[in-house]
Amino acid sequence: MAELTLSGITKSFGATTVIHAVDLQVADGEFVVFVGPSGCGKSTLLRIIAGLEEVTTGSIAIDGVDVTGRPASERGLAMVFQSYALYPHMSVYKNMAFALENMGLKAPEIDARVRRAATMLRLSDYLDRKPKALSGGQRQRVAIGRAIVRDPKIFLFDEPLSNLDAELRVATRKELAGLHAELGGTMIYVTHDQVEAMTLADRIVVLQGGRIEQIGTPLELYNRPDNLFVAGFIGSPRMNLLPARAAGQGAVALGEAGQEVDLGRETALTAGTSVTLGIRPEHIALAGEGEAGLAMTVDLVERLGGESYLYGSAPGLPQITVRLDGQTSHGRGDRVALRFAPAHLHLFDAAGKALRPDRA
Amino acid sequence: MNRVARLLLVRRKSGRWHWTDIAAYSYLALGVVLMFGPVLWLVLSSFKTQAGLLEFPPSLLPMSQREVMVQGFPQPLPLFSATLDDGSTRVLAQVRRIGIVAQMVDPENPAQQFRIPIDKRTPVREFKLATENYTEPLERFAFTRFLGNSVFVTVVATLITLLINSMAAYALSIYEFKGKNAAMLMVVGTLMIPITIILVPVYLVITKLGLVNSLWAVILPGAATPTGVFLLRQYMLTLPRDLIEAARMDKASEWQIYWRIVMPLAMPALAVLAIFSIMWRWNEFLWPLAVLTKTEVHTLQIGLNAFQGELQTQWHYLLAMTVATLAPVALVFVFLQRFITTGIANTGMK
Repeated sequence: MAELTLSGITKSFGATTVIHAVDLQVADGEFVVFVGPSGCGKSTLLRIIAGLEEVTTGSIAIDGVDVTGRPASERGLAMVFQSYALYPHMSVYKNMAFALENMGLKAPEIDARVRRAATMLRLSDYLDRKPKALSGGQRQRVAIGRAIVRDPKIFLFDEPLSNLDAELRVATRKELAGLHAELGGTMIYVTHDQVEAMTLADRIVVLQGGRIEQIGTPLELYNRPDNLFVAGFIGSPRMNLLPARAAGQGAVALGEAGQEVDLGRETALTAGTSVTLGIRPEHIALAGEGEAGLAMTVDLVERLGGESYLYGSAPGLPQITVRLDGQTSHGRGDRVALRFAPAHLHLFDAAGKALRPDRA
Repeated sequence: MNRVARLLLVRRKSGRWHWTDIAAYSYLALGVVLMFGPVLWLVLSSFKTQAGLLEFPPSLLPMSQREVMVQGFPQPLPLFSATLDDGSTRVLAQVRRIGIVAQMVDPENPAQQFRIPIDKRTPVREFKLATENYTEPLERFAFTRFLGNSVFVTVVATLITLLINSMAAYALSIYEFKGKNAAMLMVVGTLMIPITIILVPVYLVITKLGLVNSLWAVILPGAATPTGVFLLRQYMLTLPRDLIEAARMDKASEWQIYWRIVMPLAMPALAVLAIFSIMWRWNEFLWPLAVLTKTEVHTLQIGLNAFQGELQTQWHYLLAMTVATLAPVALVFVFLQRFITTGIANTGMK
C-alpha cells in the first residue's frame, strides 16, 4: 500500500513524444483508472510506473521515495498484463509462487499465501493445472492471483478484461471491485472502456494524445466535463454535441432553424460566437402539446423495455440521441419537439473548453 | 496388422486407384530405395565374410560357402556340388586345387578321391551371418574405449553448446543494446568460414594451450556454434515479451528469467540444437583427426580409420564397426524424431 507521485513525466521514442509532461498524485488505497482511446499513451504511462519503460524526463516517487531509476523488480509493484503473461510451463501454483520464491520467502509462507489467494479467487481446485488447461476467466484470475500473493505496494492492471467475453467481463469487473474493497490496495487500472472506468474507479484520468485531459471522480467527469473530448468520451450513449451560436444573453441558437435554447444562466459571449452545446440523452425530454422545442425527425427507435432511445435528425445538426424512460409509441418518421433541461446543458467554446460559471 | 496394411495402402479415394496414388507411391518407393538402400546394404554387408565381400557378382544377402570337417584333414574343407564324368551330381569337399583341376573327396567316405575340372563344380552356399566381424574387433580393437571417448565428447560438447549458445541467444534476443544487430551479424558471418580455413590457426591455439591429445581439444573449439546461436535467438524472439516483463515484475533476477522462464520455453529449439549437436559431434572427423594422435584418445570415427590401411582395407571390420558407430545416432533419431519434426517446424529451420 502506497501513494504514487508522477511529476513532469515525458516519454519520447526517438523524435515522437508519446507522453507530454504528466503530473499525477495517487493516494494510498485509491483505485485510479487511466482511460482513453487506443494510442493515447495510457499503457505507456502504466509501463513507466511499472519500471518496464524508462522516462525521458520527470520523476516517479512511491511513498515519497524517488524510484525513477530503479528497475521494475525493485519497485515492489505487481502488474496484471492484458495477455495475462502466465508462465505456460508452470502450474497455477508455481505461477503464483514464482514471485514469492524470488522474494526469498520460506516454503510454508509461500504455501499459505498461494492457498489464501487461491481461495479468494476460487482457484483452489486448479492449482495443479497448467495455464493452457484453464478457461479465459480462470487464467485471468490466476494473473490477478499472481499479483495479490505478493502483497505489492501498488497493483497495476493493463486492460485485464479485454480478452474476456462480454458476460465474463461484467462478472470479473464486479469481482475486481470486490477485491479492491477487500484488499484496499492502491490500484492503477488501464482501459479503453469507459464503462469499466466509470464502474471501478475512485478517480478517472482521461488521457488523449499523451496528455491528461481531466482527472476526477466518475461523476465529476460525467457531470462536469472540462472539454469536448471528455464530454464525448465519458457516458454511453455519448453526449449530444451540437454546434450552436451564441444568441443574446443566456441563450444559444441551434441548427438551420435557429431554435433558441435557454441556458438558464448569463454568459459573457458576444452574439454570433460559435460554441458547442452538449446535452446527455437522458436530459432531453419530449415537449408536450403546444410547447416550443427543437424539431426532430425520428430515424430509429431502440426499445430496451425499461428505457427507449430515439435517434433523430434536425436540419443542420448531427444525429441527436434521446433517452426516454419506459416504453414509447414513437416510431420512425415521427416528428417530435425536444426540450433541453437547462441545468444539464454543457457549453464549450470553439477550442473545446467547457464554459462554466466556475471556470470563467 | 490391419492398421499397418491400411496405412500402407491408403489412397486418395478409398477403394480406387487414382493415377496420383500410383505416382505418389512410386515416388515414395524410389525415395525409400535411395535413402534406405545403401544403409540396408551396409548392414547386410557387415555380416559378410571377407571373401564374401570381394565376391563377384556381389550378393545382397550374406552368403558363404559351407564347410565340413572331413576325417583325416585338419582344416575344414569347402563343399562343392560337382558334376562327375558319368553326368551324376554329388556333393564333394575340395582338398586342394591344382591348376584347372580340383582334388576332391566324398565327406562321407574320405578314402574315395575325385579329380574334377574346376568348371564342373559350383560352391554350396548357405545363409550365414559373419558375427565375428563384430566380435573380433570388439576384442582386438579398443572399440569400447573409442565408444567411451565419443560418448564423452558428444555429451559434454552438446551440454556446453546448449548452455553457452542459449546464453548468447538470450542476450541477443531479450536485451536491447547498441550494436546488438552488429553482434548478431558477426555471429552469423562466421557461418561462412569453413573449418578447413581455420584448422591451422585453431590447431596452433590448441597446441599453445597444451590440449593436443586431450578430448577437450575436440570439445572446446566447436562449443559456440553460430548456427546454434542463430537458431535459439530466432526462437527466443518469438517468446512473448510480456512473459519476460512479468518475470521482471515478479522480482526475478536475469539468471532466473533465463534459467526458469526462457530455457524451459525454448525447449523445442534446444531439442533441435541438441540433436544437431549430437550428430555433428558424433560424426566429426577432420578436427579430431588433427588433434587426437594417440590411440587412447581416438573417437570412434578416427578409430574406424585404423581399418583403412595404406595397402589393405579390412572391409569386413570397417563395415561392421561403421554399423556399430551408426547405431547410437540412429537411436537418437528414432527416439527424438518427434522433437525434430515439431522443433524444426517451430524454429523455421530446415
